[in-house]
Amino acid sequence: MSEKILQIQDLKREFRMGTEVVRALKGLSFDVAAGEFVTIMGSSGSGKTTLLNILGCLDKPTDGAYLLDGVNVKDLNRDELARFRNVKIGFVFQSYNLLPRTSAIENVELPLLYNPAIGSKERRERAIHALEAVKLAERLDHTPSQLSGGQQQRVAIARALVNEPVMILADEATGNLDTRTSYEIMALMQELNQEQNKTIIFVTHEPDIAAFSSRTVMLRDGKLQTDTQNQAIKSAREALAALPESDDY
Amino acid sequence: MKVANLIRIALRALQRNKLRAFLTMLGIIIGVGAVITMMSIGEGSKQSIQSSLSSMGSNMITIQPQSNRTGGVRIASSEVQVLTLSDVRVLRRDATLLTAISPQASTNGQVIKGAMNWSTSLQGVSPEYFDIRKLTVREGIAFTEDDVRSAAKVCLLGQTVVENLFGSNEDPIGQIIRFNKIPFQVIGILAAKGQSSFGQDQDDVIIAPYTTVQKRVLAITHFQNIYASAVSEEASEAATDEIVRLLRENHRLRPEDEDDFRVRTQAELINTLSSTSSMMTVLLTAVAGISLVIGGIGIMNIMYVSVTERTREIGLRMSIGARGMDILMQFLIEAIMISVTGGLIGVFLGISASLLVAYTLGWPIVISQSSIVLSFLVCAFTGVFFGYYPAQKASRLDPIEALRYE
Repeated sequence: MSEKILQIQDLKREFRMGTEVVRALKGLSFDVAAGEFVTIMGSSGSGKTTLLNILGCLDKPTDGAYLLDGVNVKDLNRDELARFRNVKIGFVFQSYNLLPRTSAIENVELPLLYNPAIGSKERRERAIHALEAVKLAERLDHTPSQLSGGQQQRVAIARALVNEPVMILADEATGNLDTRTSYEIMALMQELNQEQNKTIIFVTHEPDIAAFSSRTVMLRDGKLQTDTQNQAIKSAREALAALPESDDY
Repeated sequence: MKVANLIRIALRALQRNKLRAFLTMLGIIIGVGAVITMMSIGEGSKQSIQSSLSSMGSNMITIQPQSNRTGGVRIASSEVQVLTLSDVRVLRRDATLLTAISPQASTNGQVIKGAMNWSTSLQGVSPEYFDIRKLTVREGIAFTEDDVRSAAKVCLLGQTVVENLFGSNEDPIGQIIRFNKIPFQVIGILAAKGQSSFGQDQDDVIIAPYTTVQKRVLAITHFQNIYASAVSEEASEAATDEIVRLLRENHRLRPEDEDDFRVRTQAELINTLSSTSSMMTVLLTAVAGISLVIGGIGIMNIMYVSVTERTREIGLRMSIGARGMDILMQFLIEAIMISVTGGLIGVFLGISASLLVAYTLGWPIVISQSSIVLSFLVCAFTGVFFGYYPAQKASRLDPIEALRYE
């Protein structure tokens, strides 16, 4: 195994709701190595979202350790967390979360604006490069309203890639898309994972999406239910080809 | 976080909502514009009052009779016959702080020259009057002490009188005019002085020796006024005290008696008028300032709406690495940009409006740098002050909740 990007040990997260204490995560442990494509699954209430927030450094665990790229997130303050999110994590959301009335390239440049190490020339170059990687090089100046859902999600993926994070964190990234477009996005994800060796953590509740990943972590009631290596990874590209040519009616 | 990036972020955010940014600016634009216009007009009228008063002679002191209470009856001051030649003599002899003294006996009447006639005022004065009032003789000569002694029937005409009595190619010098049937020879023409600050035409006047007016026209021995010049503007206060002391003595007033005359200095007049004008300026500027504050509240209002509306955007920015401080600065810079841009447009508008007022209404205006700097600073401060709370609210959002905000 290569180096470990994520190390989670006995992770707990409790919420105080009035007088009641809700235990969303009840001691979770697993590691993710560089280059893995992990799907995290679970029904609603399983602690999926809570785990995602912690993995994304948006929230801190109540107890236990979460090491991202060797750093214990628990020891970081608010500003350091923000810095960590900027350089270590690339978020992809279900609802894309692109800035409206803003061109694709400016949307992709956004994380770099918060990275003082990068000058304006490099910013533009890297944004163009990221958009090329998601095959949107011809649509640099299109605003989100001029793009389809799949294209918007690809812009969001480019935005996640642009700061060269150690992992991409996708939250139901295909949830708003039809099957064909979902498969296209998954094909892109697989390509990034296999060809560029990007570590991807993909939260979903759709089993057919999980089939494209290399490993599936199943949560249930805040605990790890199963953690299975996917022996036969489905190719999204092949699945796409297998779809009926036109499903219009 | 580089400031340049923050400015770039704020600028992009504003560009996404140009109309709203402009409408928000409007309050500031109008506020700053109004402040500058009001201050220009106020300052202009103040300076015009001051300059026209000092053109009358800033050292000038006027002594007028004052109706004192005699057995409960008050008499109009023009009817009071307390100022006499003896007062003038005493002042000439004993006053140390006065450089020139001239009595004045004046009357209104009809002046006739051939077929032309004109109603004007005849002022009988001494030659020193020209110094005191800063009058210059444009053509001809002024009368002398000899003319005063002999009560010569000579006069000098103001520009308005010349225009109304003589044709354009006629030379008034040496001609005879009749004032209330008494013939006067014109020996000079006064240089035009224009309107006084009270809107009086200072050129609508005939000036003659006071003896002539007293004896030949009015048949009186008293004066309506005595004019004097203090040695300097600063000395006019002390000169006033001196005049009061000398005249009370000369009028044999007992210590408990009221003055039967009144001494007024030009400086006093300037102060009164300037303070009236300053007060107007302050009032107008205060009203304009209120609109600036309202403009600021408009910014705050829109920034709050903007923060709420862009909650998801804030969540997204935080999730991709913006710190609370970055969000705070972004919204603060947006607010400052709105107010400063509005301020710049307002400065431009205020100057234009002031010039327009000067051009169309002919009002004197003075666009002072201080008004521009002041209103600009106020609006920049407004941006910071009213932008801070919404920006702080934005920076304290929880990214998780902000991302899920619908």
